[in-house]
Amino acid sequence: MTPPSGPLAYLDHAATTPVYPEVIEAMAAQLAAVGNASALHGSGRAARRVVEESREMIAAAVGSRPSEVVFTSGGTEADNLAVKGFLWARRKSDPRRTRILSTSIEHHAVLDPLRWLQTDEGSEVELMPVDSAGRLDVDALRASVERDPGSVALISVMWANNEVGTIQPVDEVVAIAARHAIPVHSDAVQGLGQLPLDFAASGLDAMTIAGHKIGGPVGVGALLLRREATLVPLLHGGGQERDVRSGTMNAPASAGLAVAAELAVKGQPERAPALAALRDELIARVLEAVPDAQLNGPPGDARLPGNAHLSFPGCEGDSLLMLLDAQGIECSTGSACSAGVPQASHVLLAMGRAEAIARGSLRFSLGHTSTRADVERVVEAIGPAVQRARAAGVTAMAGERA
Amino acid sequence: MSGGVDSAVAAARAAEAGHDVTGVHLALSRNPQSYRSGARGCCTIEDANDARRAADVIGIPFYVWDLSDRFHEAVVEDFMTEYAAGRTPNPCVRCNERIKFEAVLERGLALGFDAVATGHYARLETGSDGLVRLHRAVDPAKDQSYVLGVLTQHQLAHSLFPLGDTAKDDVRREAERRGLAVAAKPDSHDICFIADGDTAGWLRDRLGDGSGDIVDRSGEVLGSHRGTYGFTVGQRRGLRLDRPAPDGRPRYVLDIEPVSGTVTVGPRESLRVDAIEATSPRWCTAVPSPGADAGLRCGVQLRAHGEEYPGIATVAGDRVGIELLEPASGIAPGQAAVLYAGTQVLGSATIASTRALIPS
Repeated sequence: MTPPSGPLAYLDHAATTPVYPEVIEAMAAQLAAVGNASALHGSGRAARRVVEESREMIAAAVGSRPSEVVFTSGGTEADNLAVKGFLWARRKSDPRRTRILSTSIEHHAVLDPLRWLQTDEGSEVELMPVDSAGRLDVDALRASVERDPGSVALISVMWANNEVGTIQPVDEVVAIAARHAIPVHSDAVQGLGQLPLDFAASGLDAMTIAGHKIGGPVGVGALLLRREATLVPLLHGGGQERDVRSGTMNAPASAGLAVAAELAVKGQPERAPALAALRDELIARVLEAVPDAQLNGPPGDARLPGNAHLSFPGCEGDSLLMLLDAQGIECSTGSACSAGVPQASHVLLAMGRAEAIARGSLRFSLGHTSTRADVERVVEAIGPAVQRARAAGVTAMAGERA
Repeated sequence: MSGGVDSAVAAARAAEAGHDVTGVHLALSRNPQSYRSGARGCCTIEDANDARRAADVIGIPFYVWDLSDRFHEAVVEDFMTEYAAGRTPNPCVRCNERIKFEAVLERGLALGFDAVATGHYARLETGSDGLVRLHRAVDPAKDQSYVLGVLTQHQLAHSLFPLGDTAKDDVRREAERRGLAVAAKPDSHDICFIADGDTAGWLRDRLGDGSGDIVDRSGEVLGSHRGTYGFTVGQRRGLRLDRPAPDGRPRYVLDIEPVSGTVTVGPRESLRVDAIEATSPRWCTAVPSPGADAGLRCGVQLRAHGEEYPGIATVAGDRVGIELLEPASGIAPGQAAVLYAGTQVLGSATIASTRALIPS
């Protein structure tokens, strides 16, 4: 193994993004200030002002009313709040509403709460299939709704998939749900800053965003929640955030999220086509270097501009990752796992990929710091890495037969 | 890197020696969520985290490799098959042979690495003939050459055992000096894939109830049992016999017959054996040459941390006959018979049968 040469090629923006210097500045200023935003004195009012101005900035960036921004500790909490909170509230007002409809390719922050609601809360969860490009089967969703619309508590469909980047037909989902006044939630953590996004125009009832995917800090996100919507909270306490999410208001984190959202959204119209061009070059040249590699997810505008997800037959994804990491090229095999044990991605399996192919996949995700040099690094390294990983994979299989 | 002190110090020493070291933790359990209580195993999340923290402190990259499927096939299934056949396998030997120095090594070589370094206590010496020879560790209490005796020349030539020249206490002190948090972590003892240490219960869950008789050497039934896999030749405890032996002396497991489910017990002296038949030998350098008829004077170790007996080995193809010059006691088929010339390991074979010194 050769030590990393040259600068780092960070191609894992879908996992987390480099923080904008402006965000660090805004947060540092607030970290130095005292004051509980709920306190009535001058310091308290100053902190509250920061939180509310942040709320307004975020609302402006995502097309919501300021009161529709509910700060959370991040995407996972916002997803949990939406899925559980809507189910509990809707079931309370009508006990027949026990069904939740979603997709088989959601992030674990949605899938696992759904699983829990099914096993521990008596809900019926139906995960809709996707096509081979990872796009929701809208007809299946429509059929499931129409079968018994009165029993549906909630529909949750992600804006764009975090692994393969497929943009989901959220507008069609909203149209289906609207006929029966069923609330719709969307995890838009990957969409914000990559795609044009407008909460009011989307017709959604709730939408998740997260700071660290858009050049902001980890540990803060928001659930955009339509003013009319009622949720049963996860966290009970001081009644902050419309009584939906108690906990001392976090002025530094709010400020960081606000600055990041503004920068991410303002820069999106210029950044997205540039990233899409880099992405397409990366995909084309990797396929040139490794002709039997396969692109997962749709080509062109139907996928996130920063997402390139490829399978390399005969390779273990984690072998490839290690070989690239040793050269300072940082990417991902898909969604990370707490124990560090690679599992075949549920998204790729839902798209009909064989398990061996699914395990031999890499996700390169580009963002606001990505450059053409990063793409060059991947293109140079991928051929030899695949060759080695393939040898390692084949050896492992030969050993199994021995 | 198991998450224990030995592999952590081994990695640190290898890095310090100038090698380009990458830490690898093996995920061997299909259920990594299972925390072992008490003595710690090799495949819990906590151990993976300990290994990761050690790699951080040493300053090397760290990855988890999922070898659970291969481990299950090569080690766990073999463990069950062997017990079902009335033998007593050593899963650590099997894991070294098939996982650490085969699956990991072959993958590592393919990915561009040159060797697998582990925290085993054993020494390697490269001779002027270019052959790598495996020797006992300097610390006799920790010597693990027995469980490495299955390694072939190819495997040894791509292995590093940086701890072979050091006593365990010194390794712990060194870990502390290096700031490794695992310095005082207790050694693991039990079988890593049996979380609660209840081997008989674990086997019963998987092999089912296989009740049978416990008989004495004359065939008289003394009691019954719930499965032959609960027994090992030489075992004394857990026989649960109502009637004491006529002479009042303790009784030991002499033989296990898995087909009929019969476990034969008898007095201690009946455990003594003076010859061993072993199969499937693996040689560290080459098949020992001194005329197959004349036999090979060597030392023989018959269980992990067991004593070494003088013997004469005769190699004939896939079989190794061993005449023991001093009788050994409680030798269980399925264990490894490892042959030594001085401190050097010649090879390892699996004990198939033994010859009792006192015919029954």
